[in-house]
Amino acid sequence: MALRRRRRAGPQLTASLTGGAPGLPAPSQLELDRRAFRTRRSRRSTGVALLSTLVFAVVAYLVVTRSPGWPRVQTTFFSLSAARDAFPDILRGLWLNVQVLVIGGLLVLVLGLGIAVLRTLRGPAFAPLRLLATGYVDLFRGMPLIITLYLVGFGLPALRLQGVPNSPFVLGTLAIVLTYSAYVAEVFRAGIESVHPSQRAAARSLGLTHRQTTRIVVLPQAVRNVTPALLNDFVALQKDVGLISVLGAVDAVRAAQIQVGQTFNFTPYVVAGLLFVLLAVPSARIADGVAARARRRQQTGSVL
Amino acid sequence: MSAVLDVRGVVKSFGENVVLRGVDLSVDEHQVVALIGGSGSGKSTLLRCASLLETVDDGQVLLDGEDVTDPRVDADAVRRRLGVVFQTYNLFPHMTVLDNVVLAPTRVHGRSRSDARDEALALLERIGLADKAGEYPDRLSGGQQQRVAIVRALAVHPRGLLLDEITSALDPELVGEVLRVVREGAAQGMTIVMATHEMGFAKQVADTVCFLDQGVVLESGPPEQVLGDPVEARTRQFLSRIIDAGRL
Repeated sequence: MALRRRRRAGPQLTASLTGGAPGLPAPSQLELDRRAFRTRRSRRSTGVALLSTLVFAVVAYLVVTRSPGWPRVQTTFFSLSAARDAFPDILRGLWLNVQVLVIGGLLVLVLGLGIAVLRTLRGPAFAPLRLLATGYVDLFRGMPLIITLYLVGFGLPALRLQGVPNSPFVLGTLAIVLTYSAYVAEVFRAGIESVHPSQRAAARSLGLTHRQTTRIVVLPQAVRNVTPALLNDFVALQKDVGLISVLGAVDAVRAAQIQVGQTFNFTPYVVAGLLFVLLAVPSARIADGVAARARRRQQTGSVL
Repeated sequence: MSAVLDVRGVVKSFGENVVLRGVDLSVDEHQVVALIGGSGSGKSTLLRCASLLETVDDGQVLLDGEDVTDPRVDADAVRRRLGVVFQTYNLFPHMTVLDNVVLAPTRVHGRSRSDARDEALALLERIGLADKAGEYPDRLSGGQQQRVAIVRALAVHPRGLLLDEITSALDPELVGEVLRVVREGAAQGMTIVMATHEMGFAKQVADTVCFLDQGVVLESGPPEQVLGDPVEARTRQFLSRIIDAGRL
């Protein structure tokens, strides 16, 4: 972490090294010494960090590969041929996960924002709505996702009501949306409450209604404040879409399970897991970038 | 002539803390009234009650003779008729300067965007900030932000302008540029109520100075009298402290 922060600070440092602001006299000897010391120190700590990482990697590699069970583990979990055989099915399954992710993600945003707005309504007239929203959040944030999946996935169709779908894809998405929108509602609510009350006062003093104030003044600022947190939840959602497999939807996890059942080789699980990681990496990097940008906006110039 | 703003016996408390204990204040058209007094004397609360940002606990506020503290009155419609400028500017940080100014004319008063835009640019031109129209507020100095906030309040052609210590958060060198805008507004006949610590400015611009103390208007009158030869002992005490601090 220290290593990374140092590198981020790099461009500014070099900019000032190559002459500084135009019109300023050449830096004093004192400053030159300080810069030389900083450069030496940062080179040394980079070296130490690299070396210690390398040593750790080698030790970990040796411990694992020298363990008594390693040959067995290698063939059961890391078999190249098994991976090759399972790959097409798992990839097809992953496409289903991506669909759940996209559709579910959008629904979560809409529902979460709606619930958050309901929870921030003031006045006795809105008490029932507020209570309902609070109850919703308490229920689905507390309930383990897997249980929500079972209840929605097996309970809803069992009612045999007209028009209730029984596709595990639809029911799985519904369960995930129920759980995640409760989380995301809380993120949005934190964002709404982070907007200073004086912004609301300014908007109302201009004659904007409560609704206009929320929509035009508060929500845009709230969403901007919580974008990093939302992206974090999105990354979590990316792997939790794999849980729809418990309802029998043939997604990446289920496809891997089928292969495992046929061959008694666990490599397909590893393949599916790696595919989920690959899916998550870009969003994680985007989340990092957005968070870093927000930080820069808030504390321009600070090195701490 | 009837008053634009007429405050009658207004009481306001926050929990145990009684801030206004029956304030009377009358502001005629084209008049500039300065509210002075120590911090906690109720200046800001009085302005917030007058602009319906707070609900009064007792008494009345009349705007052009209409009792706007009546709960049957549409508060949004009342707020539309008054402009408020805050100590902390409160520009909307996610909108450009121009969007800040045209927001209320277009969304509240239903004017066309191009029409509102033309007027906003003319107003910004007058305060010397037309070139900042496309900037976001955080790129502006405090003085520039506050001048934009005044223009934002003026853009809806309010019946009166309520200024809540608008120079208190500014560096001393930026106070002048903001007060110049207020002075111009006053010269053009704008009705203004301002809570202020700038006694020199109050002396020059105000028609009436009101000294608030412990939630009541203790003394009011022409600035020369209230600031120069106050009747009440508390007013004298307050002013001598201000003079000690080198602010008058």
